Amino acid sequence: MNMMHRRERLIVVGNGMAGMRTVEELLKRDPIRYQITVFGAEPHINYDRIALSSVLAGDKEIGQITIHSLAWYAENGIQLCAGDPVVSIDRVAKTVTSESGRTEPYDRLLLAAGSRPIVPPIPGLELTGVCAFRDIADVEQMIAASTEHRRAIVIGGGLLGLEAANGLLKRGMSVAVVHLTDTLMERQLDGAAGRLLQRELDERGLNFFMNGQTEEIFGGERVEGVRLADGREVPGDLVCMAIGIRPSIDLARACDLDINRGIVVHDDLRTSDPDIFAVGECAEHRGKTYGLVAPLYEMAKICADHLAGDETTSTAYAGTILFTKLKVTGVDVFSAGALAGGEESGELTYNDTARQIYKKLVVRDGKIDGVVLYGDVADSNWYLELLRKGEDITPFQDAILFGQSVVAAMGKVKPLSVANFADDYQICGCNGVCKGTITQAIAEKRLTTLEGVRQHTKASASCGSCTGLVESLLIATVGDAAAKPKPGGMCRCTMLTHEEVRTRIAADALKTIPQTMQALGWANTDGCHSCRPALNFYLLCAWPGEYRDDEQSRFINERAHANIQKDGTFSVIPRMWGGVTNAKELRAIADVVEKYDIPSVKVTGGQRIDMLGVPKDQLPAVWRDLNAAGMVSGHAYGKALRTVKTCVGSEWCRFGTQDSTAMGIALERMTWGSWHPHKVKLAVSGCPRNCAESTIKDFGVIAVDSGWELHVGGNGGIKLRGTDFLCKVGTQAEVLEYCGAFLQLYREEARYLDRTASWIEQVGLDYVKSQIVDDQAGRKLLHARFLHAQQFAQTDPWAERANSESQSREFHALARVS
Amino acid sequence: MIMDGMTSGTAWRDIGRLDEVPCLGSRVVATPRGKIAVFRTRDDRVFALEDRCPHNGGPLSQGIVHGNHVTCPLHNWVIALATGEAVAPDIGCAPTIPTQVRQDRILLLLPYAMS
Ligand code: SRM
Ligand SMILES: Cc1cc2nc3c(=O)[nH]c(=O)nc-3n(C[C@H](O)[C@H](O)[C@H](O)COP(=O)(O)OP(=O)(O)OC[C@H]3O[C@@H](n4cnc5c(N)ncnc54)[C@H](O)[C@@H]3O)c2cc1C
Ligand code: SF4
Ligand code: FES
Repeated sequence: MNMMHRRERLIVVGNGMAGMRTVEELLKRDPIRYQITVFGAEPHINYDRIALSSVLAGDKEIGQITIHSLAWYAENGIQLCAGDPVVSIDRVAKTVTSESGRTEPYDRLLLAAGSRPIVPPIPGLELTGVCAFRDIADVEQMIAASTEHRRAIVIGGGLLGLEAANGLLKRGMSVAVVHLTDTLMERQLDGAAGRLLQRELDERGLNFFMNGQTEEIFGGERVEGVRLADGREVPGDLVCMAIGIRPSIDLARACDLDINRGIVVHDDLRTSDPDIFAVGECAEHRGKTYGLVAPLYEMAKICADHLAGDETTSTAYAGTILFTKLKVTGVDVFSAGALAGGEESGELTYNDTARQIYKKLVVRDGKIDGVVLYGDVADSNWYLELLRKGEDITPFQDAILFGQSVVAAMGKVKPLSVANFADDYQICGCNGVCKGTITQAIAEKRLTTLEGVRQHTKASASCGSCTGLVESLLIATVGDAAAKPKPGGMCRCTMLTHEEVRTRIAADALKTIPQTMQALGWANTDGCHSCRPALNFYLLCAWPGEYRDDEQSRFINERAHANIQKDGTFSVIPRMWGGVTNAKELRAIADVVEKYDIPSVKVTGGQRIDMLGVPKDQLPAVWRDLNAAGMVSGHAYGKALRTVKTCVGSEWCRFGTQDSTAMGIALERMTWGSWHPHKVKLAVSGCPRNCAESTIKDFGVIAVDSGWELHVGGNGGIKLRGTDFLCKVGTQAEVLEYCGAFLQLYREEARYLDRTASWIEQVGLDYVKSQIVDDQAGRKLLHARFLHAQQFAQTDPWAERANSESQSREFHALARVS
Repeated sequence: MIMDGMTSGTAWRDIGRLDEVPCLGSRVVATPRGKIAVFRTRDDRVFALEDRCPHNGGPLSQGIVHGNHVTCPLHNWVIALATGEAVAPDIGCAPTIPTQVRQDRILLLLPYAMS
């Protein structure tokens, strides 16, 4: 016998996750038995396919997802032929031939070619911008498209499709998901959980087109959209197909191995040819094919046993119970086993609609047969363990849905928290990281964040399904030192505070809402109903005369310049300067009420007249008539100067010390039309009896013999606050200057939706005094800025809309159909 | 006007030009069975809902449009344009009307005119 024992030759077809895991396991068992050659169709070393979702979502770089480095191949003497797929197998000669024409002999062959995305037979697949979601090339194509194009369509609302959609959304695209049935992930989730998921994703900004059968992809050279069978059209510049996968079996079929849906393998992972093994997604075991890594890794171990062993090796693969998690941050979904009860099984459900938590266990003969969890997946490991071991749950069946801690508290099962896990308890299935490894890294590297643990141990760095466990472990190990998330910002769209946003608007010369959102990294492209009005005001205040008001970012009252009522009609309140009116105005009001049959007329608490119940499409006409009598908008609908309430004052009143009515009118002439963080109300009383209630106004004036007392920060509304005394001044001109300066300071510094009362509580009266009373030059500048802004604000919005075709469009129906 | 795509009792009806609906805004279409709110998103997708908020009947057409949602002007429920569903924690649904944009014209799938 030859002393130079020839090493057996192992050829691996497929340089992917299952194939390379098998090689890794084999090398552990026997590092020298085989001379190994690996053929891979992709021009890459083995990488973590699961992590493509994270790459697409921008959480990882392509460089960070390799599993085996080139050095690993070299160190283990593995010859890698990347970018050179195998095209045929000759089982008689025991050789494989690759696309480049290379023919290599084998003693043992391992097929690990994975699977291919399913492509439906529809027109338009050849258009630029159509791709799948399977490999690095697909992800690169999607990332490139997201920098140049706005709209993406994902076909398929399963696991992969939703992860693709989430990634594209995070890359700033607007994303539509077309799904064939009426619930998402219908193979992993039941209807209830699928609907909760849809709501959540919808809230995040995905557009769903359910029950949508894609019939055609259309476009010129580049895709322009898809057409659904029911006629709906979805526009888009990128189409990602994610409707499923099909095992790669062409090679096996061509050399007459037994195939079905996949390449048929026995419990030892041998195909119908004893020298040829198959693992991974291309293999079919006991009638099942898989599309997740956990079963592939189990197959890899058994296959390695047999590659390294001989006829006496008896380990056997028995199938894997699958569990599913969706890798979309913040969306907790888990499922395993049966989705619904059948004739011989029952269902336990827990449905907390307020907190969006749903749990369902399928129970058969006292054992768990399936689990579906949404919103709270803390007990998923426990349920999965009970399911796998087939444990009898009857002793605690009535409490099982409340979770392990409750059942343990009842003394029915042993408490099992992460703290009690053994050190060799495997936390991360994807990367095989045990509890001990993690706690050790936390201690040695002084880690306090999840990210830190991921970087140092790789735990939770692949599919992320163990993230919760790693976090609990972190908290159990370092306690309160575990980093907490930063407190929220202006709204759900940004972490920045109101003040930070305003500073950046000024410093970076941000001049439009989209520009601001983009520069400051807004989470949602269009923002939301709470940040858009705020930004609109901040920009308006920062760039008077320059900023073009964004109508669509205003609340309906400010967009329609009237108050919406509970029945959808509007109220109209014309300005009545200082609460003074005359016969002409009253007549015009009376005429309007009759002409338009306005159901209700009321004197308001702000000293003017309210006409209630006007349909929206009549507003321009009503305004035109009021304008004709010289009346303008009273801004009773706006975060704006409302009314200046006055009393009769020295003109008539026996106690009056000054002409409070004239003072009020002068103030209203100066301030009308100004926009503010919230509404602003003024009042002038002719003596300290204070009939105009000046001391609950934002800026209140009380006449005394020697001049005018100025009061600020009053509020009558929800929380009563009397004014603070600011100072006393001598002349009408001074009253106007102090008022303008005070309002400008409030406009420039208060947070949107803070009234002067709460603003002063925050900054303190002393601060306001220092700016308005003590700093004479500062006061004059503030007043000047106020007057400057007023130049652009004092045009009657009613007249603008009543007289312009394009402006009045808002008020009319687009069409009437019969 | 009746366009192609007829199905039993309904037809695609041309209700106007895309640019007649403001971007991130809405216009109303009056029908014998009540108003329909037609919305246009930033990326020119068009959606239509019955103009009645599932909460208390508020006119959704008067709300602020953001992303693919509209916030009802009366009590700030947020409604998904594509499904009409209220966003959690609120529960309710405004009926949707299928839409299409063809050559900058907006089409709605509406019940056939009854004489
Ligand atoms: C019409 C009027 C009641 C009346 O019939 O007298 C009124 C009606 C409304 N008030 Fe008022 N308030 C009216 C005087 C007042 C007053 C009295 C005053 O101004 O002297 C107050 C207390 C003073 C104050 O503001 O400090 C007042 C405190 C409020 C508040 C609580 C504000 C607060 O800071 O707590 C609100 C809620 C809000 O603005 O967020 C409010 C909100 C509203 C709204 C706008 C509710 C809404 O959003 O739809 C009501 C609109 C009805 C409509 O369409 O006309 N209304 N409201 C008064 C209109 C005055 C005017 O001529 O413009
Ligand atoms: C975006 C994405 C996210 C995923 N997320 C998860 C997850 O969260 N959890 C989970 O468990 N699973 C997930 N999966 C599934 C998981 O990645 C696969 O189950 C796993 O990669 C399958 O391993 P495999 O080795 O069978 O196939 P692959 O990893 O696809 O490897 C097969 C390789 O063989 C190559 N090949 C094909 N034909 C030939 C040939 N003739 N010659 C040479 N080479 C060939 C292919 O190009 C490929 O590189 C995800 C998959 C994708 C695409
Ligand atoms: S007090 Fe209340 S009910 Fe009356 S008008 Fe003001 S907001 Fe409306
Ligand atoms: S009616 Fe729409 S939120 Fe109340």
